[in-house]
Amino acid sequence: MLAYILRRLISIPFLLLGVASVSFLLSQMTKGDPLAALVPERMMSNPEIVAAVKAEWGLDQPLPIRYVRYLGNLLQGDMGTSFSTRRPVALDIAERLPATLELVIAAMIIGTFMGLALGLLSARFRGTIVDSVARIFALLGSSLPVFWSGLILLYVLSVQLRIVPGTGRLPPRVQPPPDVTGFYTIDALLAGNFPLFLQVLSHLALPAFVLGWAVTGIITRLVRSSLVEGLSLDYARTARAKGAPERIVLIRHALPNAMIPLLTILGFTFAYLITGAVLTEAIFSWPGIGSYAVRAAASLDYPAIGGVTIVGAVAFLLANLVTDIAYAWANPRIKVH
Amino acid sequence: MADISAPVAAPARRSGGFRRTFRKLPVTAIIGAAILLFWIFTVLTVQFWPMAEPLDMVGRRLQPPSAEHWLGTDALGRDVFSRTMHGAVWSIPIAILVVACAVAIGSLLGAISGFFGGWTDGIIMRLVDVTVAFPPILLAMAVAAMLGPGLTNASIAMVIVWWPIYARLMRAQVLEVKEREHVEAAIAGGASPLRVLRVHVLPLCWTPTLINATMDFGQVVLLAASLSFIGLGAKPPSPEWGSMISEGATRFYDWWIAFGPGMAILTVVLATSFLGDGLRDLFDRRSQ
Amino acid sequence: MSPLLKTKDLRIEFRNDDGIWAEALCGVDLSLDPGEVLGIVGESGSGKSIAMMALLQLLPRGARVSGSARFKGQELIGMPPARIRQLRGKSIGCVFQDPLSAFNSVLRIGDQIAEAITLHDRSMSKRDALKEAERLFELVAIPQPAKRIRQYPHEFSGGMRQRAMIAMALANRPELLIADEPTTALDVTVQAQILDLLRDLRKDLGIGMVLITHDLGVVAGIADKIAVMYGGRIVERGTTDDVFYHTAHPYSAGLIGAVPSLDGTGKLQQIDGTPPSIFNRPSGCSFHPRCSQVEEICRMQTPELESVGETDCACHLPLVTRDAKVAE
Repeated sequence: MLAYILRRLISIPFLLLGVASVSFLLSQMTKGDPLAALVPERMMSNPEIVAAVKAEWGLDQPLPIRYVRYLGNLLQGDMGTSFSTRRPVALDIAERLPATLELVIAAMIIGTFMGLALGLLSARFRGTIVDSVARIFALLGSSLPVFWSGLILLYVLSVQLRIVPGTGRLPPRVQPPPDVTGFYTIDALLAGNFPLFLQVLSHLALPAFVLGWAVTGIITRLVRSSLVEGLSLDYARTARAKGAPERIVLIRHALPNAMIPLLTILGFTFAYLITGAVLTEAIFSWPGIGSYAVRAAASLDYPAIGGVTIVGAVAFLLANLVTDIAYAWANPRIKVH
Repeated sequence: MADISAPVAAPARRSGGFRRTFRKLPVTAIIGAAILLFWIFTVLTVQFWPMAEPLDMVGRRLQPPSAEHWLGTDALGRDVFSRTMHGAVWSIPIAILVVACAVAIGSLLGAISGFFGGWTDGIIMRLVDVTVAFPPILLAMAVAAMLGPGLTNASIAMVIVWWPIYARLMRAQVLEVKEREHVEAAIAGGASPLRVLRVHVLPLCWTPTLINATMDFGQVVLLAASLSFIGLGAKPPSPEWGSMISEGATRFYDWWIAFGPGMAILTVVLATSFLGDGLRDLFDRRSQ
Repeated sequence: MSPLLKTKDLRIEFRNDDGIWAEALCGVDLSLDPGEVLGIVGESGSGKSIAMMALLQLLPRGARVSGSARFKGQELIGMPPARIRQLRGKSIGCVFQDPLSAFNSVLRIGDQIAEAITLHDRSMSKRDALKEAERLFELVAIPQPAKRIRQYPHEFSGGMRQRAMIAMALANRPELLIADEPTTALDVTVQAQILDLLRDLRKDLGIGMVLITHDLGVVAGIADKIAVMYGGRIVERGTTDDVFYHTAHPYSAGLIGAVPSLDGTGKLQQIDGTPPSIFNRPSGCSFHPRCSQVEEICRMQTPELESVGETDCACHLPLVTRDAKVAE
C-alpha cells in the first residue's frame, strides 16, 4: 500500500503537467488566436497592452517557447488578468477560495452524515417502507439538478415559509467577521461574535444542504449495500452468535467495515461536489469560485476560466490523494501488504 | 457458510432467452424504460401535438398555472408546458448523440489500447488519466467557452469529458477477452490483428459499455442542461431545459417557469438510473 | 440426567428464486447429555451446519424452521429474539470454520472477545473484560496474551486465530460449544493441535460439544457419539466405536473409506458423485444414485432411521455384515 501511495505521489507532478498542457492547448485554441485568451476584445486596439501581454506570454515566439513561458508563468502563480475584474486571476481565486471551501466542506459533512444515517436506516429496516423512503430521498438527491432543487427550495423555504434567509453568505449590509481563515463560521467564532456565527450558519445551511443532498445518493447507496453485505458475512454471524442484538451488529460490526469503501468514494464525490458547487453558488449568489467561473463562462472571460479549471483540477487531484492515504490508514489489513 | 448459503443461492433455472430474461427486470426498470420511451415519443411527435408553439407569445406574461396554460406562462407570455415538451427535442437527441460519440470514440481508443498494448496503450491511457483529472463540469465549461458558446461546441465539450470512461471500460473488457482460448486460437491461425479484434474480441465486450451508456444518458442530459444554464449551451429563445431554468432563476418568485423543465430533467435522470440499475443487476446475475 | 440438547423432528425449508420451497433438513432427532461430545458428519449440503445454526436462529432470512429443539428443557424454535440472544454466547458458544472471515477484520481481537463478555455482563468494565480476554488466551495457550489482544485478526496465524475464536466462544463459560468445521481451514499439523485443545477443554471444563465436520477423522478421537447426515437426514447414528466398527450404512462406510489410514498405507477412497441439491432430491433414499448396493426399493421408498445391529441406520440394505472387514 505504501508503494501504491508512493506511486500516486510520483504520478501527481506528471498529472499536473498534463493538466497544465491541456489548459495551454485550450488557451491556444481560443477563437483561433491565443491573444484572444489573454486580452479582452475591447482592448485589442490598445497597442501598449497588446505588446505587454505578448511579451509576458511570448506570443511572438514559436509554440514550444510559448509553452515553456506558459508553464513558467503558471509556476509563479500567474494565470493572467481577468477581463471583467481586471485583477490577476490568481488573486481573484485566492480571495474566493475560502467561500467555496466552506460551502463544499459543509456540504461534505451534511452529505456524509445524511448518507450514513439513511444508509443505516435502510439497511436496518431493509425491505420495509423506511427503506424505500430513505432510498427514494437519496436517489432524488443525485437525480435532481442542483440549480433547480436549489431554486425550488429557496422559493419554498425562504420566500414562502421564511425559515431560512435569502442568498449570499450574509444578509446585505452585515459586516463579515475579521478575516483570519476566510471561513466566516470559524472567523465569527474566533471573533467571539456568536450572533454573527448563527447568521453565517443560517445562510450556509440551505446551499450546503442542497449541495450535500446531491452526494447523499451515492453515499447512501454505498453505505446501504456495504452494510447489507456486511450483515450477511461471517463476522456478523459471529457477532450474533455472541449474543449481540441486530442494532449492535449493524453499528459496531458492519459500520466500521462500511467506512472503508466510504473513504474510497469520498474523493469521487468530491468531483460531484465541485460540479454541484459551481451551480449551487450561481443560484445562491455565493461569492466563491463557482459563481466566479459561471460569470467568467457567461462573459467569455478566458483567463478566469482557465485559472478556475486548473485550480479545480489541482483540488481534485489532492482530494483523491488524501482519499488514498486515508484509505490506507483506515484499513488495518492493508498496512502489512 | 457454504452449507448455509448453498440452497439459497441455488441458481435459478436458466432458460427462455431474451423474453424471459427481460421479464425478470424489476418494476422500477420497466417504469424507467416507459418514461424514456415516453420522451422519445414526445421528441418524434411533439410538433403535431395540439398545443401552443413554444416560441409564440400566447397569453399574458407570467401567469401562474391554469387550465389553459398547465405550467403557466413565462416572462414573454409563452406557454411553459409547450416549451417543456419541446425542450425534449433539444435535450434528448443531443444526449443520444453525445453518448453515441463518446461510446464510439472511447470504445475505439480503449479497444486499440487494450488489444495492441505497448506504447499505443501508454499514450492513450495517459490521455485518459489527464482528462479525468479535471472535474467534469470545469473541463466542459473550459472547452465550451474556448470553442465559443453554442450547442454544437457544448456537445463536443461533453464528448471530450465522457470518452475516457468508455475507453477504460472497453480496454478492461478487451484485455480480459483477449486471453480467452478462441482468440488465441484465431491469432495462432494467422488472422490479421484487426480482424481478430473485430470478429473475435469486440462482439464479447459490449455489455458493460451498453449498461454504462444507459446510466450515463441521464447524466449527459443533466450536464447539457447545466451548460445551458450557465449560458454555454443552447441560447434563448430556444426551449432548452437548462436555459429555461436559467430564465426561471432570474424570476424565482414565478416558480412555475423553472418547474416544468426541472421535472423533465428529473424524470429522465431517474428513468435512466432505474433502467441502468435493472440492466446491470440482470447481467451481473447472468454472468455469475 | 436430562439432556443438554434434544431435537425432535427438526425441519428447515428454503425458498429458491422461483418461490419454490424445499426441505434442507427433513426431520432430525438428536440428543446430547451435559459434557458429552457429539460429532455430526456429512458432506457440504447435508444439512449439518444449518441444523445447528437453526438452533440459535442464525439462519439467513427466509428460512422456515419447524419441529422442536430443547436446550436444558427450553424450546429454542420460535423463542423470542431477546431471549435467544441471552443464550447465544452465554450458554451456547460457537466456533466457525474460517476464523479469518469469522472475526471482524477492522476490530482488535481483544475488543471482540471483550465484547462477548460485556454483552452478557453489563456490570463488567471494558478494562476488566480485556483482562478476562487475556486469561482466556492463556487458557487456549496463546503466547504473549497481553500483546496479542491488542492485535488485529490478520496479524494472527491461522491456528492462533482459531484458538482466539475458541477463547471467544468460551468467554462466558458456556455449557454447550458448537464447533462448525473448526479445523477445515487449517493446515494438517495445526488441525491436530486444535483438536488436542478441544479435547483438553472438554476434559478440564466439562463442556458439552457438537462438532460439525465432513471429516470422520476429526471426530474419531474426540466424539462420544456420531450422527452421519446425508441429504438433510440422519442416515446413521450411534456411539463413535459402533459407527466405526459396526458400520451399517453404505454412506458411512464410504466416509470411513475416505479417511486416510494413519499408517500411510491405506489409499484415500472417495465416494463417487456429488451430494444432491435440495431442490432436486432423488426419489426414495436420496443416496441411491451414488450407492454401490442400490436395489429397486431404494428408488421407491425413503428408509426410516431404525435400530440395526449396534447403530441406528436409515437404509433398506444395511451393511451389518461388513464389521469384521472394517475393524481390521
